[in-house]
Amino acid sequence: MEQFLINPDCMVYDNHPVTLTGEPFHYCPGCGHGVIHKVLMEVVRDLGIQEEVIGVAPVGCSVFAYHYMNVDMQEAAHGRASAVATGIKRVRPEKFVFSYQGDGDLAAIGTAETMHTVNRGENILMVFVNNAIYGMTGGQMAPTSLVGMKTSTSPYGRDAASMGNPLKITELIAQLPGAYYVARHAVHTANAVRKLTKAFKNAFEYQKLNRGTCFIEVVSNCPSGWKMSPVQSIDWIEENMLPLYPLGDIKVPDPKTGEPVLVHKN
Amino acid sequence: MEKKELKGKEVRLMKGNEAMAEAAIRAGLDAYFGYPITPQSEVMEYLTEQIPLRRGLVLQAESEVASINMVYGAAGAGARVMTSSSSPGMSLMQEGISYIASAQLPCLLVNVMRGGPGLGTIQPSQGDYFQAVKGGGHGDYRMFVLAPSTVQEMVDFVFEGFKMAEKYRVPAMLLADGALGQMMEKVELPAEGSLPHVIPDWATTGKKEGRTQNVITSLFIQPEKMEQINHTLQAKYKAMEVEVKSESIDTEGADVVLVAFGLVARICMKAAQLAAEKGIKVGVIRPVTLFPFPTKVLADTSDKVKKFLVVEMNAGQMVEDVKLAINGKADVQFYGRMGGMIPTPEEILEKLESMMK
Repeated sequence: MEQFLINPDCMVYDNHPVTLTGEPFHYCPGCGHGVIHKVLMEVVRDLGIQEEVIGVAPVGCSVFAYHYMNVDMQEAAHGRASAVATGIKRVRPEKFVFSYQGDGDLAAIGTAETMHTVNRGENILMVFVNNAIYGMTGGQMAPTSLVGMKTSTSPYGRDAASMGNPLKITELIAQLPGAYYVARHAVHTANAVRKLTKAFKNAFEYQKLNRGTCFIEVVSNCPSGWKMSPVQSIDWIEENMLPLYPLGDIKVPDPKTGEPVLVHKN
Repeated sequence: MEKKELKGKEVRLMKGNEAMAEAAIRAGLDAYFGYPITPQSEVMEYLTEQIPLRRGLVLQAESEVASINMVYGAAGAGARVMTSSSSPGMSLMQEGISYIASAQLPCLLVNVMRGGPGLGTIQPSQGDYFQAVKGGGHGDYRMFVLAPSTVQEMVDFVFEGFKMAEKYRVPAMLLADGALGQMMEKVELPAEGSLPHVIPDWATTGKKEGRTQNVITSLFIQPEKMEQINHTLQAKYKAMEVEVKSESIDTEGADVVLVAFGLVARICMKAAQLAAEKGIKVGVIRPVTLFPFPTKVLADTSDKVKKFLVVEMNAGQMVEDVKLAINGKADVQFYGRMGGMIPTPEEILEKLESMMK
């Protein structure tokens, strides 16, 4: 029997799936975006829905997502991805529509669109990449930055009294009747990647049911913005991000009734 | 719900806002996204009542910002799509319109103007002329701008707006004012289904095997590429000049020519009648498309007529374009009312008389 040095299930960087264009990612070394792109597009390949998917990438590090994801895509203004996705899904209801947004986009400038998109129960998948910082503009404080976290606009650390608290928007979203499936995942370990893969699969399967919004937060890193090596940033996720942003399902459909139920209370 | 059959030609008495909404359905509207604002809320009210019984979809968004981005998404997916608003709401949409222009998406936007600046008033105004014809949002872009002066034209220009938007892949705007939106007139409605729509091949409808991915974007990070896109847009705006429309009334041998758009042009026609009774020969030029602007008609008229009076419901916006067109060949004066006030024929007459002294 052939021996693998690494279990094939754990191979994140296998050959390019047809759902990726093959263009090299522009992301910084160690950034989670590349893995998340890859996982999302592998799921699209595995489900055989490449011809049926339309994605939306708004302003942020991933605004160029369409360079890499080999599906029809629309770039969106900062904060407006879920409104753009709503427009697409409403006129092409038979397609699978997803938005791919960062924390500044989804939880600061686009908060109104985020809440109302989910509240209407738009049948889309919202991928929310939370790295607790504005990566593209050079490491400014984000709505999800941790208390005490040093960024270029909180150089003495985030002071909750004057700068507000980290916004756990995923927990807020889960409260809305329009949210059908809400989960928080990560990509900092092979195990986490496997779980995220399953979650993306579930989300696309649920989209066929037309029951409401699927919302998946991915806790990620920003080695450049955090001023850390990629390895240090992985440790920092474990030690600092996950205690505030714990991983797992938050709202899932009940296997018997199909009704969404809150399962994770923070 | 059972969808009713397509409606045929019909003559009805309708309010401007409702007439535009009815025209949009008849023009094959796929989707409307909007947010309530006076004095144009009847557009969405009418659509929310009619569309479930007929065809298309209507969605009340959480803001004008969301509406215009829903328009972007739906237009990018190849649908025939529109929104409507009034001045403060249009201001909120400007970022989205800039994206739509850059991504070259067709759509119809309706601005039923009210007095400003700020929250202003709900009374009619033409204070958004600059915003409509000069771009409005950031960057070098234009819209195809139509200025109706009757409820009938509000109907006709919905069709024309969709046609031009799709022909040139630009946002088209119907620039009306609160009085036109609220007034009732007899209208002849075209038959439903008379404006065919084909989903364009550039739309994001799912990447079929054998074709490359379709991308809707306004992001061109390389300056060389961004400049090239700008050249494409400018060439398109130049090409749109063949679509220019205006109306000239009694300009031959006139002492003074009034220049006005929309509702004010009708007031000017009345003022011209009053002037005739006083022995002053007054003509009227009404720009129907505000972009492209009827520069040539104005320039040609100024070869013979030496006095022009531009009348607007603002502090003097279109008058700048009239002056550019006439280029010093004739005296161009301005009369305007602002903040929701409508000029009367008598006021205009008074100004005309003072110009004859």
